[in-house]
Amino acid sequence: MIYDHILIRYGELGLKGKNRHLFIDQLHRNLKNVLAPFPDVKVSRARDRMYVVLNGQHPEPVIRACQKVFGIYSMSLAMKVENKEEAIKAGALKALNNAKDAKTFKVNVRRAYKKFPVSSQEMNRLVGAHLLKNTTGISVDVHEPDVEIRIEIRENGTFIYSEVIDGARGLPVGTGGKTLLMLSGGIDSPVAGYLMMKRGVEVEMIHFHSPPFTSERAKQKVLDLTGVLSQYGGPITLNIVPFTKLQQKIFREIPNRYGMTVMRRVMFKIAEKVCERRGILSIATGESLGQVASQTMASMNVINEVTNLPVIRPLVAFDKEEIVNIAKKIGTYEISIRPYEDCCTIFVPSSPVTNPTRKKVNALEAGVDFNEEIEEALRNIEVLEISHAQTQKQPFSDLL
Amino acid sequence: MMIYLDNGATTKPHPEVLESFQKVSENYFANPSSIHELGGTVSDLQSEARKQIAQILGVEPEEIVFTSGGTEGNNLAIKGIALEHQNRGKHIITSKVEHPSVYNTCKSLETLGFEVTYLPVNRHGIVDVEDVKQALRDDTVLVSIMHVNNEIGSIQPIEAIADLLIEYPKVFFHIDAVQSLGKVPLDLSHEGIDLATFSGHKINGLKGTGVLYVKKGTTLFPLFHGGGQEFGIRSGTENVAGNVAFAKALRLIKEKEQAKRHELNEIRMKLYEALEQMEGVEMNSPKEGAPHIVHVSVPGFKPEVIIHALYDQGIVISTQSACSSKREEESRVLKACGHDRKRASSGLRITLSYDTTEAEVQTFLQAFERVLNELRKVLE
Repeated sequence: MIYDHILIRYGELGLKGKNRHLFIDQLHRNLKNVLAPFPDVKVSRARDRMYVVLNGQHPEPVIRACQKVFGIYSMSLAMKVENKEEAIKAGALKALNNAKDAKTFKVNVRRAYKKFPVSSQEMNRLVGAHLLKNTTGISVDVHEPDVEIRIEIRENGTFIYSEVIDGARGLPVGTGGKTLLMLSGGIDSPVAGYLMMKRGVEVEMIHFHSPPFTSERAKQKVLDLTGVLSQYGGPITLNIVPFTKLQQKIFREIPNRYGMTVMRRVMFKIAEKVCERRGILSIATGESLGQVASQTMASMNVINEVTNLPVIRPLVAFDKEEIVNIAKKIGTYEISIRPYEDCCTIFVPSSPVTNPTRKKVNALEAGVDFNEEIEEALRNIEVLEISHAQTQKQPFSDLL
Repeated sequence: MMIYLDNGATTKPHPEVLESFQKVSENYFANPSSIHELGGTVSDLQSEARKQIAQILGVEPEEIVFTSGGTEGNNLAIKGIALEHQNRGKHIITSKVEHPSVYNTCKSLETLGFEVTYLPVNRHGIVDVEDVKQALRDDTVLVSIMHVNNEIGSIQPIEAIADLLIEYPKVFFHIDAVQSLGKVPLDLSHEGIDLATFSGHKINGLKGTGVLYVKKGTTLFPLFHGGGQEFGIRSGTENVAGNVAFAKALRLIKEKEQAKRHELNEIRMKLYEALEQMEGVEMNSPKEGAPHIVHVSVPGFKPEVIIHALYDQGIVISTQSACSSKREEESRVLKACGHDRKRASSGLRITLSYDTTEAEVQTFLQAFERVLNELRKVLE
């Protein structure tokens, strides 16, 4: 491998004015965390870039890790050479020879370091001539080259690269506050979590668990989903709320058709309490309008009544297909479709009400006091810290 | 010490494979379709096995169907396609040198009203792509060609056939890859390939294990109907221990292929060249064949006599192929290659594994030469 650096470019961060350094500091921290499993790799900062110094580490897994860090706009595998004409020419030749099936090329020199004695234009010409002289069957094409050899002359050295790899974009996780995501185990909520993280928001999870109506395997699903999401922003706190008693009480005391509506209200009440306790300012859900009965506008209106925290629904305007596509891309889909009951599916009545009203639901709840059970549930929350590495342990590796 | 050179017939199970089989049988015996925790764990274990196999073969887990081995895989692929798609056409193309589990399956379909074209091969047992093209008809539904011939080790031009069949999207392409797995690379991601059969016991795995690759979107008429296991293609309570053992055997053979394929090829070349020099020995395998198979004829000698004489000295080889050696006197494969009756009925097959050493091959060569000389004396 001829490349020894990965050049990291930030996108939107440039727009953030005075807070810019906060964003960059966060990105730097996140990047370092993601690269912690690679002991030889170092991250260094320049004014408008970061450099991942590979120190012999194979770049492939490092790039894959970097691609999960929000706030990175794009990356390039780069080689660093001395600010000397000969060294630059030699490096450019290596880069060209390394490009697969390149028949045409273009050289693009940027001289950020103005003390370098040769102008960009002149360097373009010199390097181009050097490449033509030392290769066969390769020609220059300035309009549609197979490979563009880019050369950036900076104060601390010259970086040569040819490929630009897309980053995850968005903003660094941790720059946008914190939200509590209601994670069910289905397809939507992990995608909602991902999109929140993409906007720089740190995500904490809350999951409602109803044994024996929901199995250990349904819980495992949630652990695995959290593990996948933790790749995008570091370890995630997961609050598992024992929900069986509440669910039974709702089932007993509330007319079947309204069970789902009331259940969602109780979940929001608990989520709000957890937010209070943990200093979280909003709740996020995977709801999307019109998908199921609880997600009509009328249902949202009734369910939302119980909290005045912002409830963020990043998927509200998404089609199912769009959501599925993101889920597949981020690696949660396969986990989400495992066929285990979660607490949302197990007590679903045959015909849930799609057009509830606040008045009606309040009347139904009037005779029922859930407070004691809510307090008990809050007392018995299981709090787990989930990191990707934890859930990646291959359970049957000795057998396979 | 026995020198085992009949690895084309079957291989010795790897101890780690046996260990996996035993552990899974002991600890994960539940039915993976059961909804209790243990059933779920067993289901997870099998999914991991499937995932590992898919990853090694470069395909998706949903494209891997567990079977009981090569014969089932070939039957499922051929009958499955033929029955499922018969309203589109009832013509099948295969070759004259296929394994009995393909050849006789095609024969059986003829009795059900299917037409089968059996393509000829050249002297080296190799099909001509041009012949495949000529044989294709509007009502052709399936082409089934083996990757490596089990008897003489010739390698068929699978990629060229697959390239050709891209132009005929209605025709399914099945490959019997039982003999090539772990020995000759096969790119299943090729667009032209729809089905491929693999077997566990040829790769130091267990008898009764195997997989069929079924490309996404390919529908088969099942051989077994029942509880809908294996995506509905192959019902029956899963042989989880066997399936896990297959995943392990596949991983191990791939590691060996990486590390020792070159070495195996060199050992085979030495064996090939030594046999080539021997008087009265005719080479049936092409020199550029699979790295584990050498097939020769010694016309005038009954192969059983040589096999028994070698066995007395602790060396195991076989005639043609184990699957047909009991029944046929003459080898169908050798006859298809254009060899006369004398040569076709005096075949001997020496098949190596990654554990075969050069010393073993030398011992065999000396013993073989000795046996031939002694037999000649008797006959003179």
